[in-house]
Amino acid sequence: MKRSKLSQILAGVLVNAIYEMKNYPIVLISTIISPLSLLLVITFVSSGALFGTAIEGGLIMIFFSSGIALQSDLSHLKNDFKLQDMIVSSPTSSRLYMGGMALAEIVYSVPALVILIVLAGIYLHPSLLQIAILSIVLLLMFAVSVAIGFMLSTFSSDVVQSYAFSRLLSLLFATLPPVYYPITYVPSPFNYLAYLSPTTYAAEIMHSATGYLNISTNMLILDWVVLLVVCAVILFIAIRKTRWREV
Amino acid sequence: MGKLECKEITKVYQDHRKALDNVSFSVETKGIFGLIGRNGAGKTTLIRILSTELEPTSGTASIDGLDVLSQADMLREKIAIVPQEARAIRWMTPKQTVMSYLLWRGYHYKQANQLALESLKKLKIDQYANILNTRLSGGTKRKVLIATVTASEADIIFLDEPTTGLDPISRRELWDILRELGKDRFIFLTTHYLEEAEQLADHIGILQEGKLVSIGTLSELRGSSRYQYSIKLPPKAQVPLLKDSEVTTSKSGHTQIMTNEAEAFRLARLFSEQGVKFSITPVTLDDIFFHIVGQKVREENEA
Repeated sequence: MKRSKLSQILAGVLVNAIYEMKNYPIVLISTIISPLSLLLVITFVSSGALFGTAIEGGLIMIFFSSGIALQSDLSHLKNDFKLQDMIVSSPTSSRLYMGGMALAEIVYSVPALVILIVLAGIYLHPSLLQIAILSIVLLLMFAVSVAIGFMLSTFSSDVVQSYAFSRLLSLLFATLPPVYYPITYVPSPFNYLAYLSPTTYAAEIMHSATGYLNISTNMLILDWVVLLVVCAVILFIAIRKTRWREV
Repeated sequence: MGKLECKEITKVYQDHRKALDNVSFSVETKGIFGLIGRNGAGKTTLIRILSTELEPTSGTASIDGLDVLSQADMLREKIAIVPQEARAIRWMTPKQTVMSYLLWRGYHYKQANQLALESLKKLKIDQYANILNTRLSGGTKRKVLIATVTASEADIIFLDEPTTGLDPISRRELWDILRELGKDRFIFLTTHYLEEAEQLADHIGILQEGKLVSIGTLSELRGSSRYQYSIKLPPKAQVPLLKDSEVTTSKSGHTQIMTNEAEAFRLARLFSEQGVKFSITPVTLDDIFFHIVGQKVREENEA
């Protein structure tokens, strides 16, 4: 039998996003709330001055949180429904399973993404180069968070802890670091703490690309290097440590 | 005809718990194989190793010549499992549940859609195809899971305690489905309902504390058992002197004598002559199981 890899990816998207959105439309609203509520708060507090950076922060939050959400969603499907056990004993590979599920997280965030992209188009007027830079940074963020999420889900045996852990990681890496506003707003020594999060480097590149932050070329290069190295290291660890078949 | 072979499979978990201890056996991959044992006997561990979910600590296993470790990818092309405690995902309908599993197996969308409907129809649950799983009864939810694996091309199906928690009617409905399935696929079934194994399985294995203590057809198990007949007496009935027999008395006062063929017929004649009411039957799987497990416990106590 010739098996369709596209179907194997589609299955993940359907189970982890489309079917839930179709059968319970209320979830469409909940996916919008987190990134947009922070966007509104930052905009109001700054009297509109940080609207542009807040849009970029919203995008970072969506891409990073989506990957991290994979951890709790996969853990839920694995521990409560034993779905992963059924899939391990089938012709689906771990990569296709993860690929479909990860894509589902982005599909799940489409309502919020559409709003932010429309706002970015209207307010930021990005050039093609800026769009390319923002897209690369967001994809790198997504790759990092998906790798973390999938790796943690394969170790998880408790869905309650998984959801708590997901929320904690999202808070630590997507809400607390200066992604909705430039790092210059963070007083010393907290700005040094912010550099412990890869999302800070992503935000610096994006804020700088759209003119909201002035940083030296050396600093920009350092941001890219850190982001790429973090991404490579986390993907490497995830590939090495992820458990598909249990031991 | 292919074979499922286990050679000296041992599994010790990271918490040092030994779940399987040197399990070796071989069965043909046709019909229904029932693996029975008490809770914690190692049934789920063995089924997870055979279905390529879990690695054994030592030993090897193969199905139709494919090694569960080194040829897992090839083996996964022809197996499917419904794990113990698997549940139909609550935000999906039965049709979506079956379809998505088929998509994961690499079927094209249209084909998956058609096969899903056919499978639900075959299991007589097509009327629930578009109702959310969360609104279905326990028995129907279980049938949805069975439908997912039977809709696929897999010809070796592992079912880990598929009827646990179902009411007697739903259980018997599932038995009919499994009997049908066993006609053209190999079903590897674990259960702690002895009646289920007796009703369904062509071959039966008994696991006791990680060790395979007996395997064969029901008549082979009866033949290998020390006792072949069970005689039941009402309360207060006088039990005569017995040769090579085992007597147990229940709380209600009923007496059961397990014995060999010659002694059983001697006792039957004796009770008939004395006018004692009694019943005589070949030993059931229950009798064999309790005898084997009980003997093991006694041996351990003596040791």
